[in-house]
Amino acid sequence: MASITFREVEGSSMKYWLLFGGLGLFVLFGALAWNTMHHYGHVVTGMDNQIVWGLPHVFAVFLIVAASGALNVASIASVFNKPMYKPLAPLSAILSLALMLGGLLVLVLDLGRSDRLIVAMTHFNFKSMFTWNVFLYSGFFGLVGIYLWTMLDRSVKSYSKAAGTAAFIWRLVLTTGTGSLFGFLIARELYGTAMLAPMFIIMSFAYGLAIYLMVLAAAYAWTGRTLGDAVMMRLKGLLVVFVAAVLYFIVVHHLTNLYFAKFHGVEAFILRDGGIFTTLFWVGQIVIGCVAPLVILLSGLGKQRTWIMVACGLVIAGGMAQMYVTIIGAQAYPLDMFPGLIEKSSFYDGVVHGYTPSLPELFLGLGGVAIALLVTTFAIKVLRLLPASLDDTTVAKLEH
Amino acid sequence: MSKLKPMSDQVPASPERRRFVGAATATAAGLTIAPGVMLYQVAHGRPEEQAASSAVRWGMLVDATKCATGCDDCVTACSTENGWTPVAESKHPKQAPQWIRKLELQDPLTQMETNLPMMCQHCAEPPCVDVCPTGASFKRADGIVLVNRHTCIGCRYCMMACPYKARSLVHEDLDDTQKPDVPRGIGCVESCTLCVQKIDRGDGNTACAEACTAAGHNALLFGDMNDPESEISKRLRELPTKQVRADLNLNLGVRYHGI
Repeated sequence: MASITFREVEGSSMKYWLLFGGLGLFVLFGALAWNTMHHYGHVVTGMDNQIVWGLPHVFAVFLIVAASGALNVASIASVFNKPMYKPLAPLSAILSLALMLGGLLVLVLDLGRSDRLIVAMTHFNFKSMFTWNVFLYSGFFGLVGIYLWTMLDRSVKSYSKAAGTAAFIWRLVLTTGTGSLFGFLIARELYGTAMLAPMFIIMSFAYGLAIYLMVLAAAYAWTGRTLGDAVMMRLKGLLVVFVAAVLYFIVVHHLTNLYFAKFHGVEAFILRDGGIFTTLFWVGQIVIGCVAPLVILLSGLGKQRTWIMVACGLVIAGGMAQMYVTIIGAQAYPLDMFPGLIEKSSFYDGVVHGYTPSLPELFLGLGGVAIALLVTTFAIKVLRLLPASLDDTTVAKLEH
Repeated sequence: MSKLKPMSDQVPASPERRRFVGAATATAAGLTIAPGVMLYQVAHGRPEEQAASSAVRWGMLVDATKCATGCDDCVTACSTENGWTPVAESKHPKQAPQWIRKLELQDPLTQMETNLPMMCQHCAEPPCVDVCPTGASFKRADGIVLVNRHTCIGCRYCMMACPYKARSLVHEDLDDTQKPDVPRGIGCVESCTLCVQKIDRGDGNTACAEACTAAGHNALLFGDMNDPESEISKRLRELPTKQVRADLNLNLGVRYHGI
């Protein structure tokens, strides 16, 4: 098998520092947003006692789910022994760590008492899915960190497969945990199903790969390195399978609910009467997130790199829409305490809850995205994560 | 009762014995104990160092047939007792905490209207306690579900989990209406405590139930559901009652008649 040369990006050009500075600016905005929320309380957000998890959770859960998915490329290389993916693995690992960091920061900085993070680290209730997630996230950093080390340090290279396998299993459990944050809730009609765990796993595959592809293409294009079509087409094919699987899970989830009369109300809300949520579901989640990317990738357009990038962007946008519908849509629909009766109260019982995200929420979420990209940008400058070339000849040699 | 903590060994297991101990303590303290009601109440107050006992299960009976339309005396009393700003006076009504609220129900077919107060149902199997990552959400031995203000991190997972929308997050700094025995704070989640400060003082009743009785409606009855001789137990034996979302099988401390 031919060997691949990994090389740091030089990172001294004006373009690099502009990118670095731009991302840094968004990190700064995120920090200011957190400071505002922390100082004044959640009163400055669009969240209230009806919509208790808002836009920051949409960003945070999306990033965490995408993080575990971004690791997939590395897993395919080491767990499933596909040599073509080996040179792609280090970026996959660092990107997953960076996305996880961004997601977790948004999650913990949105706490009502973010200053009490130490309490969450020292007081545990093992019946809580949140507690399990604390361990799953920490373990993820540890395992993926070790995995990355085995990829970068020749002296421990022989442990790479073992570390990769452990990280792969861990990430499956982790996304199960993320899905179960919602799956283990009995109060809301849209949750409370084991479907959410596998659905979140397959969504992570799609979102993570879409982000990975965009970062990979950008890194190669902006550094003038060669990225051959072989790699792009292979990953594109994989993205098609993942996006189709996401669509399948969404259809099965809603069809199952439609069969149960008790879910008719909430399903009608999401699918037909929910205003912004219905629009986000059909236009965002289904058309932009699934159908359009599939059409692009499966048609002649999918042979052009620009269109593959468009498809990836659409998958990411659709993923954000999906998180918005899943997290906020489910809360917007009123709790049905007295089935069949009309409920009215000063606490907004029986009415659909409105939600308008505020600027601090938006910038806190964007800050998480910026941190993830900033870490990745910095990591490829200081570590040998990217192959010097991924042209078709080099890649072809790997497989023979 | 084999599950009781060692502390409970010192707690009288039977109501009769409890009354006796309560009476003896009170007498020793030099209090004059005349009416039986007083005896009952003192017996239920407990010293600070003594843990709550699972021999007691505090609960409430809501008689929706007696709950008056337009009356919100229970809500006002709760707000006064516990120091939370009434929603009408709040600058941010959607974000204002509401420990208890009046719910108006109507059957769209028959037009039948029902009024009732809705608050924390003090489940025996509380979903909020299950999901709380730090254990800040907890159930006391005597069935009262509370939030530990020192370990609540404001994650709002309990609010996502509660089927009764009973919990509120404190969204902004609190003004000076706070009560010394009802700790509250920005960024933490809170809900009905069954007036735990009054129960532990030995008042034997909650502010909402007192207000309802004072208004002459008698729609709220508070008491020990484990004591077969308590007023609430007697009434629960006679009246057909329901638990809200009984399908969830959470074994609620608040029972409703007339829904």
